Amino acid sequence: MIVQALAFYLFAAVTVAAGVMVVSARNPVHSVLFLILAFFNAAGLFVLMGAEFLAMILVVVYVGAVAVLFLFVVMMLDINYAAMRQGFLQYLPVGALIGLVLVVELALVGFSWVASSPDAPASLAGVPIPPIDEVHNTKAIGQVVYTKFAYLFQMAGLVLLVAMVGAIVLTLRQREGVRRQSISAQVSRTREEAVEIKQVPTRSGV
Amino acid sequence: MISADLMAVLPELFLACAAIGLLMLGVFRGNSATQLVSTLSVVTLIVTFALIALPPRPETVAFGGLLTMDGFGDFMKLLVLIGSGVSIVMAQRYIQREDMNRFEFPVLMLFATLGMMAMISANDLISLYMGLELQSLSLYVVAAFRRDNLRSSEAGLKYFVLGALSSGMLLYGSSMIYGFTGTTNFDGIAQTFAASAGNDIPIGLIVGLVFLCAGLAFKVSAVPFHMWTPDVYEGAPTPVTAFFATAPKIAAMALFIRVLMEPFGGLIDQWQQIVFFVSAASMILGAFAAINQSNIKRLMAYSSIGHIGYALIGLASGTEQGISGIVIYLTIYVFMNLGTFACILCMRQKDRMVEGIDDLKGLSKTQPMMALALAIFMFSMAGIPPLAGFFGKLYIFLAAIEAQLYILAVLGVLTSVVGAFYYLRIIKLMYFDEPAESFDRPIGREMTAVLIITGVFTLLFFVAPGPVVDSAAAAAATLFPG
Repeated sequence: MIVQALAFYLFAAVTVAAGVMVVSARNPVHSVLFLILAFFNAAGLFVLMGAEFLAMILVVVYVGAVAVLFLFVVMMLDINYAAMRQGFLQYLPVGALIGLVLVVELALVGFSWVASSPDAPASLAGVPIPPIDEVHNTKAIGQVVYTKFAYLFQMAGLVLLVAMVGAIVLTLRQREGVRRQSISAQVSRTREEAVEIKQVPTRSGV
Repeated sequence: MISADLMAVLPELFLACAAIGLLMLGVFRGNSATQLVSTLSVVTLIVTFALIALPPRPETVAFGGLLTMDGFGDFMKLLVLIGSGVSIVMAQRYIQREDMNRFEFPVLMLFATLGMMAMISANDLISLYMGLELQSLSLYVVAAFRRDNLRSSEAGLKYFVLGALSSGMLLYGSSMIYGFTGTTNFDGIAQTFAASAGNDIPIGLIVGLVFLCAGLAFKVSAVPFHMWTPDVYEGAPTPVTAFFATAPKIAAMALFIRVLMEPFGGLIDQWQQIVFFVSAASMILGAFAAINQSNIKRLMAYSSIGHIGYALIGLASGTEQGISGIVIYLTIYVFMNLGTFACILCMRQKDRMVEGIDDLKGLSKTQPMMALALAIFMFSMAGIPPLAGFFGKLYIFLAAIEAQLYILAVLGVLTSVVGAFYYLRIIKLMYFDEPAESFDRPIGREMTAVLIITGVFTLLFFVAPGPVVDSAAAAAATLFPG
């Protein structure tokens, strides 16, 4: 139990610290790296809550794809971050006010939730979620995604296919003068046209 | 069990497999196969049409309630297939001329059509969203298909950003609905209302419903979510605009009807006000904003906003008669629009497309047959008897009066009169002004065929309205069990 609590505070503290660093780091590449750190620790928090599937998705999708994409964007686009940061102090009071309002709202929601000691809404009682100590949630999802929701799974596949086709249609250009590998030309080369044998007399060079 | 599900979605399954097959064909044969892929796409759509129209299709629920197959859905799917098929036919020559000759074009249209069919059949909030995204994503790409053209890229980007926003609203609404009913299934949601007998509906659910309506209103481009329409219609390549104006509108409208009538039928008091407002605002904007346009594609955009406003009157009435009125209206709308866009696609001078309304000056002297066809479509859109457009409006207004929505009916008639101005202005330009430069000829056999078929349908609808009216009534009846 104590290990869990320690782990929670460790993950939570690192997440918050990394979040602060994301917005305050001077170098944008560092910001993205801190973002990745925050994602990893958030994944740790999910594991502690027993949501290992979400944790895996967070690492695979956000760290593996989104963060790397951010990194590409940050490194490829020539943005003057110093200029973007100007006026930070000027906007700070407004930003702090909005943040405060959000915190108060969140606290109100949390307290009222605790105070009313919520049972799940009556409408959700019929939803067949298997209890977590019987079935892990990865398995629970696997049990329905290829059976009950097979249609949706296939449709999602088609959506991704269209996205891929679309990206190729809109961006792929045939450029002239590019040397491409032509496997058939390589394979169909014969020994005669590729190799030439010369008789070299000794001690005279080619 | 699974084979029964697959049999129920046989047309969709065929379309999906054929689209993937054609994609492979295109990948291996390169862009030289565009013509072949295009032709095969049309054949695919025809076969899909036959698979829906010919065999008896019992009313079923497939994949554990994710999809529903009924007469209403089948009728709407047939309309969508007509719209897509004719758009691909009209696009064939265009994409060759305008340097868009890539095989992905017809394939993306097929995927969009598949998405629309999934939308029409959706019986669950998740399958609704999947269909909608498949459709929208394909449409964003075809809107920007002419990537070297600034206007086309702008149209695609604008459509994408605003479409993503509307999808967000729709998802937010869906999550609220799920939270307050505990189910995403339409039948399940309807049962929650039946159980609570209409009283004490949680406010969060109403909020969710409003967001869902906003998302769907965006997809049918109803005011106040219409801002993207004129820019996208103007910027997208013309055959794509023809496609946008027909098939996706039908699919989104069908989805709108199904969502409001099936799961939320019990909440009609709540959503009726929304639909009422959206419908009235669309009619007014469609009538007035189009007056000042000089580009014919922009004019058609505002005209389509107005037409959606009229169709929504039927939904606001919430009766079986109203729904069958919408179905008739949309059927006529598809034919009128395809015909008009066929005319617009023929507007070429010296091998360049022209889009100005003034370019039509004196068309009756240079190309009398095309002028006649366009005049028929314009009269029909204005709702002048005995053309088809008049009957579309007639059935809608009758339904509105039955449902005692007098304000909407009166507003509809008044805005029709205002709208008639700009439709008739085009006819005046064609018949009473001195000819400008004439358009290139010949226009091509497929264009002639499209013009003749849509023109004859529009002109002679009044001779035998029976088949369309009867099947529309039968389609609407499936939404009202018992």
